[in-house]
Amino acid sequence: MLDLKLTGAKILMEVLKEEGVDTVFGITGGAVIDLYDELARTDIQHIMVRHEQGAVHAADGYARAKKDVGVCLVTSGPGATNAVTGLASAYMDSIPLVVFTGQVPTSLIGNDAFQEVDIVGITRPCTKHNYLVRSIEDLARTVKEAFYIARSGRPGPVLVDIPKDISQGATDYKPLQAISLKSYNPNYEPNAKQLRRAIDLIKEAQKPAILAGGGVILSGASKELTEFAKRLNTPVTASLMGLGAFPATDELWLGMLGMHGTYWANMSIGSCDLLIGIGVRFDDRVTGKVGTFAPHAKIIHIDIDPTSIRKNIPVTVPIVGDCKIALAELNKLMDEEAATIDVENRKPWFDQIEEWKSTIPLAYEQKDTVKPQYVVEKLYELTEGKAIITTEVGQNQMWAAQYYHFDRPNSFITSGGLGCMGFGFPAAIGAQVACPEQLVVDIAGDGSIQMNIQELATAMQYNLPVKIVILNNRYLGMVRQWQELFFGKRYAATDIEQAPDFVKLAESYGAVGLRATRPEEVEPVLKEGLNTPEPVIMDFWVDREEGVYPMVPAGKPITEMLLV
Amino acid sequence: MTEEKHTISLLVDNQPGVLSRIAGLFSGRGFNIESLCVAETMDALVSRITLVTRGDQLIIEQINKQLNKLVNVIKIHDLTGTDFVEREMALVRVKAKPEHRAEILRLIDIFRCKVVDVGPTHYTIEVTGTWGKLAALLDLLKPMGINEIARTGSIALARDKKKNKQHSKGG
Repeated sequence: MLDLKLTGAKILMEVLKEEGVDTVFGITGGAVIDLYDELARTDIQHIMVRHEQGAVHAADGYARAKKDVGVCLVTSGPGATNAVTGLASAYMDSIPLVVFTGQVPTSLIGNDAFQEVDIVGITRPCTKHNYLVRSIEDLARTVKEAFYIARSGRPGPVLVDIPKDISQGATDYKPLQAISLKSYNPNYEPNAKQLRRAIDLIKEAQKPAILAGGGVILSGASKELTEFAKRLNTPVTASLMGLGAFPATDELWLGMLGMHGTYWANMSIGSCDLLIGIGVRFDDRVTGKVGTFAPHAKIIHIDIDPTSIRKNIPVTVPIVGDCKIALAELNKLMDEEAATIDVENRKPWFDQIEEWKSTIPLAYEQKDTVKPQYVVEKLYELTEGKAIITTEVGQNQMWAAQYYHFDRPNSFITSGGLGCMGFGFPAAIGAQVACPEQLVVDIAGDGSIQMNIQELATAMQYNLPVKIVILNNRYLGMVRQWQELFFGKRYAATDIEQAPDFVKLAESYGAVGLRATRPEEVEPVLKEGLNTPEPVIMDFWVDREEGVYPMVPAGKPITEMLLV
Repeated sequence: MTEEKHTISLLVDNQPGVLSRIAGLFSGRGFNIESLCVAETMDALVSRITLVTRGDQLIIEQINKQLNKLVNVIKIHDLTGTDFVEREMALVRVKAKPEHRAEILRLIDIFRCKVVDVGPTHYTIEVTGTWGKLAALLDLLKPMGINEIARTGSIALARDKKKNKQHSKGG
C-alpha cells in the first residue's frame, strides 16, 4: 500500500472510520476548526449540540443504546471544561466514550494562551485514561489506543487532547494494526478454582439472592444471568445501574435494592444466607450502613475490576473476570453439579419474600392531585414497557426506577454514580440517534430539565422525536424531601416556583408542549404526546410534596426504611 | 485493623504526567504517601517509582489494585513481606562548633557517612542507609544543631527476582 502524507485532521478521520465510528457529537470552536472542516467531508454523521455537556451526555446515551463507543469532539478551553461533567458521569458508570478536545498549538501550551486549559490535568481523575498528543507521528496510534482502552476491560471514557498544529500538520499515514499495550491487559477469564468455590457455596445456600449491577449490562450478560437465576431458582435484585439486566416482569424479580429499593428487596438482602453480586461495586446507595449489609450472607462477588472487590464490603469468594464469561462458566458447572444442587428447597424463602412483598408493596394513592408515580405507571402501560427511558436525577429518577419495569438491558439510561442533573435529555437525544425507530422518553424533573434544556434545539435540528415527561413539583424535590425529613421542613434553596412555562418553552423551540394539571388529564396528554411525531415536552403538575418511599436514611442499614 | 508501612516498587511508562497520575490517585482517594522516588531505569522508556505508604490491610490492597489499574503502570511489586533491600540518602548540614567537631567526625566514622562540604561553622554530611539508620544518626546529630536537611525517600529492590512474586498487569 502506498504511503500518503495526510494532515492530522485527515488522519483522525481515517482512524475514526477504521474504528467504525458513524456518529460524532460535538460543537466547534477555534482549536478544532481544522478537525471540523475534515469531519464535514466524511460520511460520519455529526450531531451539533448547543453545549458541550450535552455532547458528552448524548454520546453516553448513544453508547448505551447502541452498545458501542460514543464519540465527542469539542474545542479547547471552555469547550473542554464544559465536557468534564459528562466525562465524570460516564466514568462513574463505566460507559465507553472517546472525547476529542482541541488544544492550543504546542508552541503555546503553558503560556496561558487564549482558550487554553490543561484538560489532561483536569480530567485525569475522571477518565479511564487520557492523552495529550505531542507529535503528529503519535496521533493515529494514540487514537487507536483510546478506542481500545475505552471499550475493553471495565469500559470508560478516554480523552484525547489534540493541539491545533497537530491537526494542521502533515505526515505519512499507514493504517495501524490492532493495538496491544504492555501495561494494560484486562483479564476476562475468571479463575476456575474460585468458580468451584462459588459452586460449593451455592450448594449450601438455603436463602440465596442475586444482586445484578451495570456490569451485567456492559458485558452483555443478561441472557446468562437470567439462565443462572432460573437454574438456581434464586430471586434477583439490582442496583440502579443494573435495572434491565434481568426482566422486571419475571417472578424472580425483587425490584431495585438500596436507598429507594423495594421493601422486600432490602429485607431479602438483610436476611439472605448467600449473596451473589455480579457486576456491582457495592456503592453506598446500595449498601446503606456497610457493617450491617447482608449480615447473614456469604458473598460471591463477580467483577472485571479487581479494585471493586473488597473495596466496600468483605467478600467470601472473589471472582475477577467478565460477567458474561463467569456466568456462562457457572451455568456449565451447575449443569455438571445439577444433582447436588437442591433448588426445590426454596419454598420457605420465597414464602418469606412474598410475605414482605404483600405487607409493604410499592404504593401511592392517586386522589385530587396528580401523583408522579401515577404518571410513570401510565407511561409504562401506554408504552407497554418498550420505550428507552432516560432520566434526570433526583425524585424523577427514583420514581422511574420504581414504577417503570425494565425487561431489556440498555432500556434504562441514567446517571447512576455521578447523579448528574441535566443528564437525561441529552442522553435521550443520543439514544434516539442510536435507535431512530424506538420510542425514547426522558423522565425529568422541573429542576433537572432546565440544566440542559438548550438541547431542544438539537432535537429539533436533527428531527429527533424525543419525549420529555416533566414531573413538575416546582421544587428541587429530592433535596426538599431530605429537608422535610431531616431539616425540620426548612426548605432552603429548593423552591423553584419561578420557572418557565414549559409548554411555551417547547413551542418557542418549535417543539410541541402539552400540560396536565389534573389526574384525568394525565392519560390523554401522555397519549397525545407519545403519538406526536415531533419532540414533545409533557408538563405534569404533580403533588408538590410527594416523596420517594421506601427510603433508607443515609448511613442506616437498608432494612431500616422510612415507609411513608 | 492495624496500620502497616509498605514499600511498593513500580515500573511505569517514562512519560510526562505519569507521576501526576500516581500522586493524584493517592490524594484523590485519601491514601498516604510517606515518600516517593522516581528515576529512569536501564530502559529509557521505563521509570522506577519507589513509594512508601501506610495503611491497614484493606487499604494496602486497594492501593496495590488501584496502582495496577493505571494504564501507565507496567509492573507493581509490594516489597513489604518479601526479602528486599531498601536505602535512603540524606544530606545533613550540621553546626560544627570547635568543641563538637571531633564528636561529629567520630559519628560519621561509625555510621560510615561522608563529609561532602566543610565550612567554618558547619559540615555537610552525606549519609546512606535504611530509614532506621538515618533516624539514629539524626538523633545523635540533633544536639549539635542541624541547620538543614535534604532526604531522598526510600529506594528499594527485591533481593532475588526469581524468588519474589512479581505482579504483572492483568493477573
